[in-house]
Amino acid sequence: MNILKELANRDRVFDFLAPADSPVDVRHGPILYMENVTVSFDGFKAIDNLNLTIDDGELRCIIGPNGAGKTTMMDIITGKTRPDAGQVWFGTRHDLLTMKEPEIAHLGIGRKFQKPTVFEALTVFENLELAMSVDKRVIPTLTARLNGEMRDRIDEVLVMTGLVAQRHQLAGILSHGQKQWLEIGMLIMQRPRLLLVDEPVAGMTEQEMERTAELLTGLAGKQSVVVVEHDMGFVRSIARKVTVLHQGSVLAEGSMDQVQSDPRVIEVYLGESEEAA
Amino acid sequence: MHWLGRPFQERSTQRFLGILIVALAVVTVLNLALPAGHPLHVSTYTVTLLGKYLSYALLAVAVDLVWGYLGILSLGHGAFFALGGYAMGMYLMRQIGDRGVYGHPVLPDFMVFLNWDSLPWYWQGFDMAWFAFAMVLLAPGVLALVFGFLAFRSRVTGVYLSIITQALTFALMLAFFRNEMGFGGNNGLTDFKELLGFNLRSDVTRVGLFIASGVALALGYIVCRAIVGSKLGRVCIASRDAEARTRFLGYRVERVQLFVFVVSAMLAGVAGALYVPQVGIINPSEFSPLFSIEIVVWVALGGRATLYGAVIGAILVNYAKTVFTGVMPEAWLFALGGLFVLVTVLLPKGIAGLLAWRFKRSESSGPGHGDLTAGEATT
Repeated sequence: MNILKELANRDRVFDFLAPADSPVDVRHGPILYMENVTVSFDGFKAIDNLNLTIDDGELRCIIGPNGAGKTTMMDIITGKTRPDAGQVWFGTRHDLLTMKEPEIAHLGIGRKFQKPTVFEALTVFENLELAMSVDKRVIPTLTARLNGEMRDRIDEVLVMTGLVAQRHQLAGILSHGQKQWLEIGMLIMQRPRLLLVDEPVAGMTEQEMERTAELLTGLAGKQSVVVVEHDMGFVRSIARKVTVLHQGSVLAEGSMDQVQSDPRVIEVYLGESEEAA
Repeated sequence: MHWLGRPFQERSTQRFLGILIVALAVVTVLNLALPAGHPLHVSTYTVTLLGKYLSYALLAVAVDLVWGYLGILSLGHGAFFALGGYAMGMYLMRQIGDRGVYGHPVLPDFMVFLNWDSLPWYWQGFDMAWFAFAMVLLAPGVLALVFGFLAFRSRVTGVYLSIITQALTFALMLAFFRNEMGFGGNNGLTDFKELLGFNLRSDVTRVGLFIASGVALALGYIVCRAIVGSKLGRVCIASRDAEARTRFLGYRVERVQLFVFVVSAMLAGVAGALYVPQVGIINPSEFSPLFSIEIVVWVALGGRATLYGAVIGAILVNYAKTVFTGVMPEAWLFALGGLFVLVTVLLPKGIAGLLAWRFKRSESSGPGHGDLTAGEATT
């Protein structure tokens, strides 16, 4: 009887009816959990028994020499490549291995590719507007109108990416660094829970790198960010925790200092690049 | 419906509509109010010629919508134009009634000539104006829907799509040439008498058709501006320049393409329906691939992705064609080709690009350039 009374109470919003802010469940652990993942292409093991966990709100840098499996790892997370074995979980509720690429993207995993692709014939503002997570079907798009909240959201991202002054400029005339920031901004507009960023500072000047570092560290806490990068100076400037990949599995993990003093790491990677730098 | 009202706030649209309304009014007054001998009198022949140019201009706007903003080079828009024209032609044929050469109460002359004893099913209903006018939109619209659905779903784009559209219009031309199709074969439909009860040979009807063409051009222009000025228009430009990236953002690019393609085909159909009563005939030559390519040349000359450039291109080229084919007809194709080469080399953005450059020097905000519209300012 009590249950009937409860149901008749029209003020009450039941848990299952309340719109979930994000369906990703991170109450009991990390936002990304990879266990014993293995992928091989024609016998070559690109990823070999990889174990990796990313905490909610963490900023993690992944480094490793060429062919260490960094890009393949991102492909697995975004659903582009299917592993031969292992488990990949997003939160504790979503098994990413059973989901398709668009579903994973919709769930809140955003990926920034190496080469910036922005819509050059549109302004910075319009680029962000198109990236906003709203109804993207044809007719709603035709009749779409920006409300105050959406404008605020775009303004917020413009401030975050330092593109306020360029808001009405065509994206095509932005510098290389500005295009990278705009693209990160377009990812942020989609409110991802986890951002995968592939080599964000390739080809950037020192100042642009500093701005990018600020941008990425500013994102951490609100979103989880995974950065794959070659530039050691840049990694040192942003990373709290670094994971070193080598031949498809984790070689070392820890703070930059810990990792740098690890003899195995020095052998395969850091030693050479320190000298080169 | 705020998105339909948005174009009225744009300066370029206001300017375009202003020029169009003034031109319509001036030509009408000079034709009706002045006596035939007056030096400023515009003959009814000229009015009809201008009306034809206006219907071509609407066709060019339709092509610019898909080519300029969506990056789909359709070399088959003549097919949609001709289908609209045939729908109108069928209505006009039924209006002849028993005044045909053979005096049959229902059947058009060519059917009597072919010894047909009854009207084919697809001619039913065309005696009613509302049905025929609905078909002016529906026939091209449905063809574009089916064709576009198949093409865009399979992600056919670029040169391949252009070739397929060309094949589409060519196939339709061959089909309509056949007497068995029931559309008058290579003679097409002609000998029209009345439209909605108005005698097509009277001066007033001809001026009315000219004004109707102008109004249709204005409405079509506003619809296109409303689309390209909306967020959907920005998605079009985005998918034109980086289709994969647009998909990655979550837009169903093939649906956007289909929607805009169908709208464009319907506008082309309306243009064809206005063209037919003014020239007095519709035959399969409107389906010819060459005509569809000519439309693209008008748009290229006028300037892509501006809409008003397409209007300028269509009117100028067709005026030049009228003059040339009168003076030295054999030189026309060379002149058209030469003009096309010249503009491509010297004015890659067409005449509109030249205008935009001129305006930009005199005022800070130039006319609404397709790829320069500030989304925030217009939303």
